[in-house]
Amino acid sequence: MAQMTMIQAITDGLRTELKNDENVLVFGEDVGQNGGVFRATEGLQDEFGEDRVFDTPLAESGIGGLSIGLSTQGFRPVPEIQFFGFVYEVMDSISGQMARMRYRSGNTVNMPITIRSPFGGGVHTPELHADSLEGLMAQQPGLKVVIPSNPYDAKGLIISSIRDNDPVIFLEHMKLYRSFRDEVPEEAYEVELGKAKVTREGTDVTLVAYGAMVQASVKAAEALEEQGISAEVIDLRTIAPMDVETVVESVKKTNRAVVVQEAQRQAGIASQVVAEIQERAILHLEAPVLRVAAPDTVYAFTQAEEIWLPNHNDIVEKVNDVINY
Amino acid sequence: MKRTTDKVAEQFETFQILDEEGKIVNEEAMPELSDDELKELMTRMVYTRILDQRSIALNRQGRLGFYAPTAGQEASQLGSQYALEQDDFILPGYRDVPQLIWQGLPLYKAFLFSRGHFKGNQMPEDVNAFSPQIIIGAQYVQTAGVALGLQKRNKDAVAITYTGDGGTSQGDFYEGMNFAGAFNSPAIFVVQNNQFAISTPVEKQTAADTLAQKAVAAGIEGIQVDGMDVLAVYAATKDARDRAVNGEGPTLIEALTYRYGPHTMAGDDPTRYRTEEMDNEWEKRDPLVRFRKFLEDKGLWSEDEENEIIEKAKEEIKAAVKEADNTPKQKVTDLIGNMYETLPQHLEEQMEEYKAKESK
Repeated sequence: MAQMTMIQAITDGLRTELKNDENVLVFGEDVGQNGGVFRATEGLQDEFGEDRVFDTPLAESGIGGLSIGLSTQGFRPVPEIQFFGFVYEVMDSISGQMARMRYRSGNTVNMPITIRSPFGGGVHTPELHADSLEGLMAQQPGLKVVIPSNPYDAKGLIISSIRDNDPVIFLEHMKLYRSFRDEVPEEAYEVELGKAKVTREGTDVTLVAYGAMVQASVKAAEALEEQGISAEVIDLRTIAPMDVETVVESVKKTNRAVVVQEAQRQAGIASQVVAEIQERAILHLEAPVLRVAAPDTVYAFTQAEEIWLPNHNDIVEKVNDVINY
Repeated sequence: MKRTTDKVAEQFETFQILDEEGKIVNEEAMPELSDDELKELMTRMVYTRILDQRSIALNRQGRLGFYAPTAGQEASQLGSQYALEQDDFILPGYRDVPQLIWQGLPLYKAFLFSRGHFKGNQMPEDVNAFSPQIIIGAQYVQTAGVALGLQKRNKDAVAITYTGDGGTSQGDFYEGMNFAGAFNSPAIFVVQNNQFAISTPVEKQTAADTLAQKAVAAGIEGIQVDGMDVLAVYAATKDARDRAVNGEGPTLIEALTYRYGPHTMAGDDPTRYRTEEMDNEWEKRDPLVRFRKFLEDKGLWSEDEENEIIEKAKEEIKAAVKEADNTPKQKVTDLIGNMYETLPQHLEEQMEEYKAKESK
């Protein structure tokens, strides 16, 4: 076991798979000699060579096309999109092409691609770096969307994503990259895609979260405990396809739920969680399922992040609304 | 003073071997093709012209769905495909079904593609190709990836892709060529300039004098060929292929051609944007007419032979339509089953739901 930050765990996961499978290719803008703008691919080109880890021209759509083409020759591409706000440039390659390839080819062609990309607020980035656009991806049949919230999950999930034979969008929250360390096993291990985790057990209310909002929910749960409210925190880990079973099971126990996301209220995937709960557990609910989300504006100007991003206080407040309903 | 663009255009003069009268005008560029191969080229062009006529008729009868006519483009489509090897990978646009057929896609599958059935997109194992791409330009960035893949596997093969004149305005068109150039990958990018993107003439796409010169932006080879001259198209593609497998990088080929029919069979009416004079002018350059003259002068072609091919084409088309008719209908459970390697929770549920419906 080693103590690792989330970004170290991701690098470790990439190294593990580059070693494990010679078909794995890591490429993108500045991921080679430079080791990535966040050092996520640091040392990988030196270790595995330019044939395996390489830079590309500055064009996201081209990177998407490159990944699709390489898949036809038996490679397992792990491209990077420098910031997920740039995904608009490559929406066709992702949603219009690779997500559909298995289906459109009648199950004769598959795309074992893992797209890594940083996102998320709280680190004062310039425009279109921090936007939460996972909701767009979650709406596309054929994709899987994975968002780890801690170093242990990050390594296990990146390994599972790379080994998956269908395209996976792997979103890395920038604020979580180096905010804390965790025990991470040195060997290869998988965290199953499509499976949520009960991060903290509780009996009075279920908090469903993902990304940086998992930590915020845990923090809220600790504050709520002082009020005598026991909150169960579920980390979705994979937001699409979603582990509805784990969520519904928890709600049946607590009878109350709040869904927490960093994305705007009209975006993200919280409404999908709410819909699933009301379809499957409405008779177990003591109160409506409420959402914690950002305001429906464009992502905040840097100096307004603090007043705009949802935090643990917003969660505590919403839980009180649900408890006192 | 000369414009810079004039100097550029001078480097992209139209490459031609066979003139409209079927006479060789560029002897030294003449590709090495045996008499049988020359006849095979003509056979394929005649067959494909009939296939186009029958496809239009079948579409009108409602026995085919989406169809983008190909008449006029036989030299550009088949001349380029004939220069390929079986290991090469084709990334066609929506009008490029003939190249797939001659690479080995069974006719009935091409008809299933037209109708909208997943079995039409299941390529035979020895056909390295994607099914026709609807998103104009997407095939170009993907080609850069296939070519890099072939290069990394050290295969003596190329990736070839096709788009139209309108497609050269897309961002993916430039990105695809530029990536292949930067990686020096074995790719052939073909632009079939048939003068119109639906109703928009090529002059409205760009101020560039030729489309071939767009290769300059990627730093790769570019050539403009007479796309109604099957020998010129074959020679240009063969040359591009030889250079690609020798590690000399990608090529952009602009084939000057024309579609005699509408853009697609979905209600496009070319009389709204094309003059009869223009149609007549291009019909004089018909790739079949000039190649027929060339072969007849060499004593390699007769009316009987041509009629035999026409009859064969008609019979095979009839049989293929029947085979398409006999293909089992698609079920929702088929579509669900083709989504992922392992079904996630929600699709597992929907699979059960539709299994129940389908068993009623």
